[in-house]
Amino acid sequence: MKAFTYHRADTTVHAAAAAIKPGSKIIAGGTNLLDLMKLQVETPSNLVDINRLPLDKIEETPDGGLRIGALVRNSDLAADQRVRQRYGVLSRALLAGASAQLRNKATTGGNLLQRTRCYYFYDITKPCNKRNPGSGCAALAGFNRIHAILGTSEHCIATHPSDMAVAMRALDAKVETVNDAGDAKIIPIAELHRLPGTTPEIETSLKPGEIITAVTLPPPPPGVQMYRKVRDRASYAFALVSVAAIVDSARGRIRSARLAFGGLAPKPWRSPQAEQTLVNAPADTGTFDTAASAVLEGARGFGGNDFKIPLTRRTLHSVLEEMTRA
Amino acid sequence: MDEHESATDLNSIEVTRRTVIETGTTALLLTALPGAALAGPVEDKEPSPPAVKVDLQINGHSHSLVLDPRTTLLDALREHLALTGSKKGCDHGQCGACTVLIEGRRINSCLTLAVMHDGESITTIEGLASGDHLHPVQTAFVEHDGFQCGYCTSGQICSTIGMLAESRLGVPSYVTEDLTRPAAELSDAEIRERMSGNICRCAAYPNIVAAIKQAAGLPT
Repeated sequence: MKAFTYHRADTTVHAAAAAIKPGSKIIAGGTNLLDLMKLQVETPSNLVDINRLPLDKIEETPDGGLRIGALVRNSDLAADQRVRQRYGVLSRALLAGASAQLRNKATTGGNLLQRTRCYYFYDITKPCNKRNPGSGCAALAGFNRIHAILGTSEHCIATHPSDMAVAMRALDAKVETVNDAGDAKIIPIAELHRLPGTTPEIETSLKPGEIITAVTLPPPPPGVQMYRKVRDRASYAFALVSVAAIVDSARGRIRSARLAFGGLAPKPWRSPQAEQTLVNAPADTGTFDTAASAVLEGARGFGGNDFKIPLTRRTLHSVLEEMTRA
Repeated sequence: MDEHESATDLNSIEVTRRTVIETGTTALLLTALPGAALAGPVEDKEPSPPAVKVDLQINGHSHSLVLDPRTTLLDALREHLALTGSKKGCDHGQCGACTVLIEGRRINSCLTLAVMHDGESITTIEGLASGDHLHPVQTAFVEHDGFQCGYCTSGQICSTIGMLAESRLGVPSYVTEDLTRPAAELSDAEIRERMSGNICRCAAYPNIVAAIKQAAGLPT
């Protein structure tokens, strides 16, 4: 680990002001940041510890939604009765991620901002445009079994590794931030994460010194919720493909559906075209295939991850079949 | 291990070694420790960052330390306080050998900085027994032979204690059928899922599950 100075923030605005300085990093749960610091993928010269800020509450909002403080631990969010009753897809996605020990530390804000688990991003001896802009992408012609098939660029094919964020994308969550001047902002989760394009090192729309303070969930949409995660082992592994689905159907007919995907793209992926094909459609194989084709439009494999294209089709088929079964 | 280690730190390692020798189980324990845990300091050409003062409540005792801010909680325990029961396996939060309880909740002590826990209450494997009376989870691991080499065991036991507390609070897991019901009974599948953050290279898993069922008061 490279040397750094350590400061504990006493207010969110002070934290933002400290974080805007070059070399400064916010630390919350630290389960991803410290891992990366040990490997010198991250080398902050100053750490701003926000763990003692009062951002750890889950509150009802006037419109019937929930406001989740940025420091609510993943385990507490997953176990919250309101989340379990009304946002089962979120609880299930959280429980699908990491291990119990990590969920006890990992925070809501930190989970959104965690970095990719691309092997080449983690290996500082290898080219990586995300870690070292302009150095190239070793994954393109390397081991790319875990990499993205949608939303990639010739500069980066890394995936966003979060499960939680995929469920939040399906729920149309909003991310609340504050900056060093104390100005608050609300960012739809769809606009929080960026696609790599020519600047894979810029992963979010957050400005320097802008800190996530909360995530707000609108009231739950009608329908049943499911999170299906396909991975290399039954527990404690990142998604090869995951689906967060909210489907409203009755008597073999789908009224509406929301579909978000993990493991496929550099950000939690939503497919409005696929959702549109499901509106007022019969819950049958033909409908599911059409939806899968819409999700996979433009999908491209890079060798090792070609299997994700048929796997996505089969996973979505299975999820929709199970959710619309009478 | 952090790159920078002071002379004081090395002395505390020496004390630890002697303590181990005096207990008479030297050979086994020393060979079981990975190289990183006993390796000398790595040459660090950078100047050290300012040290920070940290007060930790460990197993009911207050400890005041002055640490390089890079010191993980695991290294503070092992290298500065000679509490070597918590093990360093992967040092990246993947194996669970370093699991300790902070304010009763299980965490990976390798993936957190000691300074982040100033004033907090920490329980390690050394704090579980009362004199010669083992904690019921320790007894269950012994009675069911829930280990072979034993390197993961202190993490498994601390993790089990945290897991049983979570279960009593009705915390669900990924394999819990119905999230809207309060508490799931600890089936084998529930135990395996809830303990997936603790890897056992000897694969003593069937006996670990049996030990946990005994500790939970379930038929084994």
